Amino acid sequence: MTHFVKKAFADIRSNRFLNLITIITISLSILVVSVFLLFFENASRVIESWNQGGRAMIYLNKEFTLDMLPKLKARINALGDIEEMVYISKSQALNKLKKDMSSQSAFLKTLKENPLPDAMEIKMKSYNSFEEVQKFAQSIKAIEIVEDVEYGQGWLGRFLKIFNLFKITGYAMCSLFFLIALFITANTVRLAFYSRKLEVEIMRLVGATETFIKAPFYVEGLLQGLFGGLLGLAILLITYLTISSGFTQSLASYLYFDIRFLSVKMIVLIIFGSTFLGWFGCYLSLKQILK
Amino acid sequence: MNDKNNKNSIIRLFNVSKRFGGKLALKDITLDIEQGEFIFISGPSGAGKSTLLKILYLAEKVSEGQILIDGMNLARISSSKLPVLRRRFGMVFQDFKLIPNRTVYENVALVLEAAGEKPSYIRKKVMQVLRTTGMEKKIKALPPTLSGGEQQRVAVARAVVGEPSIILADEPTGSLDSQSAQAILDFLMEYHKKGTTVLIASHNLHLLESTVRGRNIEINDGIIKRTATML
Repeated sequence: MTHFVKKAFADIRSNRFLNLITIITISLSILVVSVFLLFFENASRVIESWNQGGRAMIYLNKEFTLDMLPKLKARINALGDIEEMVYISKSQALNKLKKDMSSQSAFLKTLKENPLPDAMEIKMKSYNSFEEVQKFAQSIKAIEIVEDVEYGQGWLGRFLKIFNLFKITGYAMCSLFFLIALFITANTVRLAFYSRKLEVEIMRLVGATETFIKAPFYVEGLLQGLFGGLLGLAILLITYLTISSGFTQSLASYLYFDIRFLSVKMIVLIIFGSTFLGWFGCYLSLKQILK
Repeated sequence: MNDKNNKNSIIRLFNVSKRFGGKLALKDITLDIEQGEFIFISGPSGAGKSTLLKILYLAEKVSEGQILIDGMNLARISSSKLPVLRRRFGMVFQDFKLIPNRTVYENVALVLEAAGEKPSYIRKKVMQVLRTTGMEKKIKALPPTLSGGEQQRVAVARAVVGEPSIILADEPTGSLDSQSAQAILDFLMEYHKKGTTVLIASHNLHLLESTVRGRNIEINDGIIKRTATML
């Protein structure tokens, strides 16, 4: 194995320019894929946190009386997976509002009657899609005593639509760049193979097995993929570190979450993927040349 | 022709023909070569000498007939066994066939690396062979920087480093001056004395007659015209 690795490094050195172009192409492809993955990972985290701790407020109409509460709770529970349900009376809500707005609570004292409705705060269990949540909220709203249900339908719905659009675009872009990198890698191996045609012929004549002949090409492909992946991630990390602090701070105030770099699992997956890409490009090329 | 039932036969050809398109390069060749023999295949250019060597190490497949190498039927050899067959041969070519971007040492070591030998053995063996061929001072040189005679000595070193049972040399002295050619032949003779079967294809009969003791097989138009023992 050491022989093949040494040989592959020697070949990379002797074909520096060609290998450099391949590594840069792979790294750019990996960079594009990683940017999308970075976005997906962070966006998924927001959605997951919402899904896991998704809260909704059920506002009740004026006909509501406390003796209706047990029956109402039972009806809501029957509609779906509820993790927690808390009744908030209109007086409790007003007190909380006064507390939250302690500095400007003077005007609240001028109120002759409590304008707030009775409400139920529910914490929903995880849902797979926004449509499911929407459906669940609508079924609660259908209860005659319920005035309205607030579950972030405005911003979340829009966010999910954009997210799904990005997801489809991301998949398409990732596939495209994967194919480009694969094509370039396969082409580099093909050129390297043709430039060493005499060497391969001589190797065969002196009794080298096909494995012995092919192994350095495969190692070269793997190394190209590995270096391309590492370079792509390094560029992403540097870009992330350069702009992340200011970007995160300004964005955090709007989105209430921080932008995190790719998880270790994802980094390992990307490096593995790019290394596989190098190997696969080599495999396709050699399969075609040596058939 | 030799006795077909010779027990020491290492190479046996039975009615072998080789056709390139419509042209017959070898016609109905039947030949027995004993282990340790020195065979000189002579004849004019285009007679079929190189083709005869090529069909032995399966660079070309026969059109008709059978070949046995040390009991192995070449017609039945699988592609996975082909490298094993080729390691039985040490080959010397007129155009040397050295890898230009690999050093002298690397070119010779290639045979042992391909055979999966240990690095320590490879180092020892390669240095030993390069010493006997007088190339030990040029181990780091690249083939294009060497003279024709030096390149052929490297090619011979590569041919013998794996201690093959058969050496095939196709016009090994063709492009060399008489002194270099003599050095190459002396070296091959030494290996022959150790028991290696040597087959040399050459049109330069004059040079060989003065050096070689063995059997001369004369080929013309793909047919064995004459066999004679050179003393």
